[in-house]
Amino acid sequence: MKTPQDQTATGRPTVVRFAAIALSVGAVACAFAYAAGWLTPSRLTPAKIVDSLAPASGPVKGFRRNHAKGICFAGNFEANGEAVAVSRAAIFKAGSYPVMGRFNLAGPIPTMADGTGRVRGLSLRIEASDKQEWRTAMINAPFFPIATPKEFYELQRASANKNDPAAVKQFAASHPSLREFGAWAGSAPYAESYAEDRFNSLNSFVLTNAQGQKQAVRWSFIPTATMVPVPSEDLKKRDPDFLFKELTQRVADAPQKWKLVFTLANPGDPTADPTKVWPANRRQIEAGTLVVTRIEAEANGPCRDINFDPTVLPEGMQTSDDPFPAARSAAYAVSYDRRTSESEHYPRVQAGAKP
Amino acid sequence: MNRPSMKFSKLQRVLHWVMAIGILAMLFIGVGMMSTIDRAYLVLVGIHKQLGIAILVLALLRLVVRWRSGAPSLPASMSEPMKLAARLSHVAFYALMIAMPLLGWSMLSAADYPVTLAGMRLPSIVPASAELHSILWSAHRFLAFCLFALFLLHFAAALFHAWVRRDGVFETMTFGRRGGR
Repeated sequence: MKTPQDQTATGRPTVVRFAAIALSVGAVACAFAYAAGWLTPSRLTPAKIVDSLAPASGPVKGFRRNHAKGICFAGNFEANGEAVAVSRAAIFKAGSYPVMGRFNLAGPIPTMADGTGRVRGLSLRIEASDKQEWRTAMINAPFFPIATPKEFYELQRASANKNDPAAVKQFAASHPSLREFGAWAGSAPYAESYAEDRFNSLNSFVLTNAQGQKQAVRWSFIPTATMVPVPSEDLKKRDPDFLFKELTQRVADAPQKWKLVFTLANPGDPTADPTKVWPANRRQIEAGTLVVTRIEAEANGPCRDINFDPTVLPEGMQTSDDPFPAARSAAYAVSYDRRTSESEHYPRVQAGAKP
Repeated sequence: MNRPSMKFSKLQRVLHWVMAIGILAMLFIGVGMMSTIDRAYLVLVGIHKQLGIAILVLALLRLVVRWRSGAPSLPASMSEPMKLAARLSHVAFYALMIAMPLLGWSMLSAADYPVTLAGMRLPSIVPASAELHSILWSAHRFLAFCLFALFLLHFAAALFHAWVRRDGVFETMTFGRRGGR
């Protein structure tokens, strides 16, 4: 097809010009596909991590893809002002700040029995008067079984591989931290109450004080209640919701408290590896007390539609070289986007109706 | 609104190219951040939010400038359907440039995420709601791919004007002295 343009000065045939356009547009489209990961199916995406958490029967729609069983609470964080030395976040200035949070059990099935929950979690959102907030999600294990998000994914894949029951054993053979975690899981007592559990950040973060000095830390919420272990032979006999029922009653009787304690890394301590516990003699700062005053069922509770993304941090706190918070943030977002699109599968209870 | 000039005003050309880079970066960062769990994820999400707000401000400014300065008329050699396509693509661009940041912001608001700009907390622009979040999130994602498709079309059309038709339309947005034929 001849057009007037074919006779113009430079004289390159029209077909070459169209080819150049197609190449240019195609190159940008390919670059976009590469950025999106469509050309590299091996890329570890947050969606893959979330998929790997699903039980064999598929994910339970409407619920968190992990730590699916939970209960909401409200309370306060009573800061004593001590942590101002290490962080300029307003949350650490002496005062009381509203908290909304969630006690939970690790695992993808929201109907699991409480007695089978080895790993228990505590998630918090603390709001400062300057509208900045701190979100964190912790567990009761003293260290994490896996050193990197990639290995975490490999372990999930190995666990799901029903054709090769030796896969997890092989994984454990090359990952001593998983064996140590197994030893903790097999020997640590099960507390009778969430109020007796200690919850640990495991991941490290960096605090910055008013002078601009940076300090790598981990933290723990340490219960003020004494631990009463459930005898292991009793665990299976307990009510499937005994933890939630106990806590509801306990908080109705009296507020329950945990001390927030920061552990300060020394130079050279492993901040990027949550499998490595720091030496016991590291300096600690008690920053205040979490006071839990009200328990609410999750279906209608305020913690249900919140993502306790551990990278939502106030000014004066930031992520460290620990690779997990970023991976968790990415995966939690996928979990959140999926479950919020399925809310019809997790009905809210009508006000006044008995759940 | 059209005026007999052969180029867009200098402010319009500067806005166009700055925003072209910004929007293309947003599209690449958007799909990139959704596909990684590396520490880069947090950096990309951070840039995506700040740049999104910047584009919203620039898009509103640009809309005002477009309204006041208009656009050079399209050459008479262009067929009516082509002219219509050109005008509709501009309308679609303005709609998306303004809608995408607002959808992103409102999607974060619906999820009750804090939205901060340079350390300052911005207000939530919609109430917290899981159902609303889901609708807004899906819209943000779908329209992002529409915007990229529109960009590819726009890019192809620009090159078509520059290399095949050579009718001066491409030069209305360039900084060279020649203003087309």
